[in-house]
Amino acid sequence: MEPHPTAPPAAQNPTEDFLIHARGLVKRFGDFTAVDGIDVDVRRGEAFGFLGPNGAGKSSTMRMIGCVSPPTSGVLEILGLDPRRDGPRIRARLGVCPQLDNLDIELTARENLTTYARFFGIGRREARRRADELLEFVQLAERADSKVEPLSGGMKRRLTIARAMVNQPEVVLLDEPTTGLDPQARHLVWERLFRLKQQGVTLVLTTHYMDEAEQLCDRLVVMDGGRIVAEGSPRELIERYSTREVVELRFNADDQRAYAEKLDGIGERLEVLPDRVLLYVDDGDEATAEVHRRSLSPASVLARRSSLEDVFLHLTGRTLVD
Amino acid sequence: MTAMLSVLEFHLVNYRRTWRSSALTTLVMPLLVMLGFGVGVGAYVEGGVGGVPYLDWIVPGLIASTALQAAVGEATWPVFSYFEWLKVYFAQAAAPLRVADILGGHLAFMLFRIVLSAAVFLAVAAAFGTLHSWWAPLTLVVALLVGLAVAAPTVAYAASVSSDSYLIILMRFAVLPMSLFSGVFFPIGSLPELLRWVAYVFPLWHGVELSRDAILGTSPGLLGLVHVACLLAWCAAGCLLAHVRFRRRLVI
Repeated sequence: MEPHPTAPPAAQNPTEDFLIHARGLVKRFGDFTAVDGIDVDVRRGEAFGFLGPNGAGKSSTMRMIGCVSPPTSGVLEILGLDPRRDGPRIRARLGVCPQLDNLDIELTARENLTTYARFFGIGRREARRRADELLEFVQLAERADSKVEPLSGGMKRRLTIARAMVNQPEVVLLDEPTTGLDPQARHLVWERLFRLKQQGVTLVLTTHYMDEAEQLCDRLVVMDGGRIVAEGSPRELIERYSTREVVELRFNADDQRAYAEKLDGIGERLEVLPDRVLLYVDDGDEATAEVHRRSLSPASVLARRSSLEDVFLHLTGRTLVD
Repeated sequence: MTAMLSVLEFHLVNYRRTWRSSALTTLVMPLLVMLGFGVGVGAYVEGGVGGVPYLDWIVPGLIASTALQAAVGEATWPVFSYFEWLKVYFAQAAAPLRVADILGGHLAFMLFRIVLSAAVFLAVAAAFGTLHSWWAPLTLVVALLVGLAVAAPTVAYAASVSSDSYLIILMRFAVLPMSLFSGVFFPIGSLPELLRWVAYVFPLWHGVELSRDAILGTSPGLLGLVHVACLLAWCAAGCLLAHVRFRRRLVI
């Protein structure tokens, strides 16, 4: 067998093209292992997602990437630098939007940005210019001089994103960027993040919202119990771990399990939930017709495209994690 | 250094937003204390202390005590809140600042507030004509020392406790005894031996003695060096401890 003549040159120096490069990355807190040996590569310009239930190790991973949490073991390179040694130098080129807003509520929106810009050694005049530009970008220009305290959750989140952009970072880390926001606010945040991505900013985000991951991420990993359980583009993951379509059937019965047997053989996989039965199929209409051919009459039928949510629940289970 | 200054600048911008609420306290407290203790209590203290009128005698101690109060005020709830409630320190830790910059910048701001409070008190005292010596402005340096000697370990404490009710404990069991038994209102010679050790061990008494020498124009002699050494020891140990505690909270 011939060697690969077309192997990309990047393969010779794998860390060069990756803004974030992790191998066997581990984070332990005492006896508890939060991150249990993960491999991650994030390329310049892509939007990369960490998906997983609570406690999967997403935030611990993000904190290591943000250089505020030294790895317990393993390799971690960010922008080609070692976070154990070059923390401040790396952080100078990162933007961080934490899970909980940590704005200064006594200051105005603009002052939050200008004072933060000063931490990066940005001059006062330039800080002010960037603050105004960013406030415009996150649609808070008219609130520039109002204090942060009375701003809505969505506005605060947008301001935090603006603050993360104040040093014109190469990578922006977003830990659950839209958790707790109402639908309008979420869409506005997504739209702004998409604009950032178009400008060539590399986005790394964690989320447990499937629609968020599908909207924003080029590539993502699913984490569970500190490990990566799947990796790929949203489309790839759906193709690999789910079927093209899902049919949701609700029967008028206390126990949906009674119907499982009668549905046997339709589609690739069948899942019984307390309130409905899910059929994982290639063709939802065809499967629905088959259900009716078997003289079953569910109270409701919903044939839909398979989503990342199906992948996620398949991989991480339906048990509630608190 | 510029990194630390940028943190100081952040606190100053913050202070520009909130100074009004503290300004009244800074100005009115010295006036009330001067009137209450100096003029009121002083009227009952005949002959003053060691030949010095009572008001003039307590003013230096009150200035050192003001530094203590300002230091405790700035190093307790604000620090606790920046960790627990507002999480401002965590935002700063995500920027290219080191733990020393975050801590140092905040301590620098505290010193600014402490010296400001002491200076206002000194000005009020001057207006009452209680300053006896041209060495009096030196009390501001003493206030700086007392301020850091108190603020640094208090910051370490505030960064370690899990609930703000521990801050109240600090007020009751450290700040209050220190205020009472450090020779501010009466010479510590009138205290029983055991309580005198409160004065010797904690920073305030050393500052009170130095302030008194500066304002009354007496020479502290070699004992002055001991006072300064004690205060510096508190500063150094406090800063070290605070850095350890900050690191543990911010780099995990």
